[in-house]
Amino acid sequence: MNKLRKIFTLDSLVVPLVAIVLGLIVGALVMLLGNYNPIEAYSALIKRVVGSPYHMGETIRQVTPLIFTGLAVAFAFRSGMFNIGADGQVLIGMTTATAVSLSLDGVHALVSVPLAVIAGGFAGGCWAAIAGFLKAKRGINEVITTIMLNWVALYFSNYIIRHFFLLKGQNRSEDIQASASMTFLSSIFDNARVHWGTVIALIAAAFFYIYLWKTKQGYEMRAVGFNQHAAEYAGMNVGRNVIKAMFISGVFAGLAGTFEVLGVFHFQSVFAASPGYGFDGIAVALLGMNHPIGVVFAAILYGGLTYGSAGMSFAAGVPPELIKIIIGSIIFFIAAQGIVRFILKPFYLKRKKEKVL
Amino acid sequence: MNKVFKYSLVMVLALTMVLTGCGNNSKNNAANNTSDNGAATNNSGGAGNSGDKASNIKIGLVTDVGGVNDKSFNESAWEALEALNAEQGIQHQYLQSTTSADYIPNLNEFVQGGFDLTWGIGFDLGDAVKQVADANPNAKLAIIDAVVEAANVESVTFAENEGSFLVGVVAGLTTKTNKIGFIGGMESPVIKRFEVGFKAGIEAVNPDAKLTITYAGAYDKPDVGKSLASQLFDDGADIIFPAAGQTGNGVFNEATARNAAGGANKLWVIGVDKDQSIEFGDEVTLTSMVKRVDVAVKNVSQQVIDGTFKGGQVTNLTLKDDGVGLPETSKANVSQEILDKVEEFKQKIINGEITVPAE
Repeated sequence: MNKLRKIFTLDSLVVPLVAIVLGLIVGALVMLLGNYNPIEAYSALIKRVVGSPYHMGETIRQVTPLIFTGLAVAFAFRSGMFNIGADGQVLIGMTTATAVSLSLDGVHALVSVPLAVIAGGFAGGCWAAIAGFLKAKRGINEVITTIMLNWVALYFSNYIIRHFFLLKGQNRSEDIQASASMTFLSSIFDNARVHWGTVIALIAAAFFYIYLWKTKQGYEMRAVGFNQHAAEYAGMNVGRNVIKAMFISGVFAGLAGTFEVLGVFHFQSVFAASPGYGFDGIAVALLGMNHPIGVVFAAILYGGLTYGSAGMSFAAGVPPELIKIIIGSIIFFIAAQGIVRFILKPFYLKRKKEKVL
Repeated sequence: MNKVFKYSLVMVLALTMVLTGCGNNSKNNAANNTSDNGAATNNSGGAGNSGDKASNIKIGLVTDVGGVNDKSFNESAWEALEALNAEQGIQHQYLQSTTSADYIPNLNEFVQGGFDLTWGIGFDLGDAVKQVADANPNAKLAIIDAVVEAANVESVTFAENEGSFLVGVVAGLTTKTNKIGFIGGMESPVIKRFEVGFKAGIEAVNPDAKLTITYAGAYDKPDVGKSLASQLFDDGADIIFPAAGQTGNGVFNEATARNAAGGANKLWVIGVDKDQSIEFGDEVTLTSMVKRVDVAVKNVSQQVIDGTFKGGQVTNLTLKDDGVGLPETSKANVSQEILDKVEEFKQKIINGEITVPAE
């Protein structure tokens, strides 16, 4: 309990909340500049997110991959690396899950589904481990390798889908068998595409916390993240930890892609550009302060804003691009914590004076 | 050092998000303002000349990821609804899809919101429209560029191969270097029809001409279009036909820049979907392969207004229906002799003397 309290120090909770409020205010100002009614727009946004079971389900659908990619980026970050390649790892996870599911057509779902999930996660992990390996053995900056691997992943996935699993006359793979679908509870949510991935995403968040803070291996990884040289001096194998951290990070991202196929689409499209979950994951990890619980909440916020933005444009006529200004402002204020602290300073001072009195 | 680097990365990320938001927003405001104005005239009752009936009709449109300002088929579809709003006072609204995951919720927003007709624009929306139509058998839907087999969906496709055949004839007779380029967006059945039709048209009039086919892999990357065009021009091509949405804008830019610098050969680009000579000028636009998405959207929407919508039909708009073809402005650059030849082939295709391959 004490430890929990340590994580949720007042500061780490107040700063994001104030940043969110400031972001919403900036968004409202921009809306006023464009002659839109911000109150109408924000209520339309909330209505779209929680207004009906269908929309709630779809919001959960939108949030799930963001939890995974947010965890992926945060995990790498805790180990001192910046995984910009979550997007590519998502695609590799997707493609592997599609390939396994389609190849195991006719095999009982109890066998094929777990296999597809494990394969998807494993492939995503291996993809990320390439960048980890290059960093550990050759010292190549992972920012560069992961970003380049994103493109390799995009075109490689398209190649696989186009040449082996293409549905004739369409720009996508064949459908995976209906029994392999991981959709669940969708009748409660009015046929929204809710799936088991959400539960596994929460389990992954718990794993993230326990692994990093409760195990020896996690301790080593965090030590490497804090200071590589000190960790090495203390006798830890930095290279192995780097590869392992990237692998686990990639598993999270790969699972995001896996569940997009198994739970949401049930097929894989040929992509013109990468789906962008990985890059949103960077923002989610930042918003969540690289902590698993923070990441879950940040994903809910980010996914809710993204999904709700269509409601703003539908009911209040606000262009969806404006929501990006709001999200951008929130991230800006969190990144520039100094501004938030500067605004909060008078309040803190006041309180201290009261205490003194 | 490491810390400074990380912080600067974070700042760059935050700035990019804020700035991209700003950039797109101004453009979109313009579009939205016009639609607001349209709605305003509609409410005051000034524009409705066909009485109350049409003004009760609500038509929704879901774009693909290209968005409503794509200068291509999403935009032409939306313009058709704008026109219907101005002429008959219908209510209209659009939702842009940012990823393919948005298609179904966006379609549902209109269907469950009681709209009389919901448009899905683009081949990619086929599966989404099918699912939503099956789940809501009483709703009316329509789709451009894909065939959806459902009793409440009207599908409209185009014979892009026939129109491309005709611009292929123009290209084959115009080229001086006997080298022609084709830049596709993404490999898909729709773009394939452009490609094979164009190829067949060139071969019909100029068997010596060599056609180089490349794909940009995206519809929204003018920079890729520009570099592909640069390669093709360096290779000696003097005409390029891009069938790649916004990516094609880069091809126009490259050709305009090279013409201005004064090369050995005059370089030409063939427009796609809309009459692009209006946007890029007659100096560089040889002709365009016009696809009348606006006519299709207007016709089917009119059926809903008139109450004659049947659904379950597939309309393939061909040369015969004027669904595809060359715009009037082609006269500016294409000689009468060639236009006569085009007309001759057009009649042959309509008569069935020539069958243009489609894949």
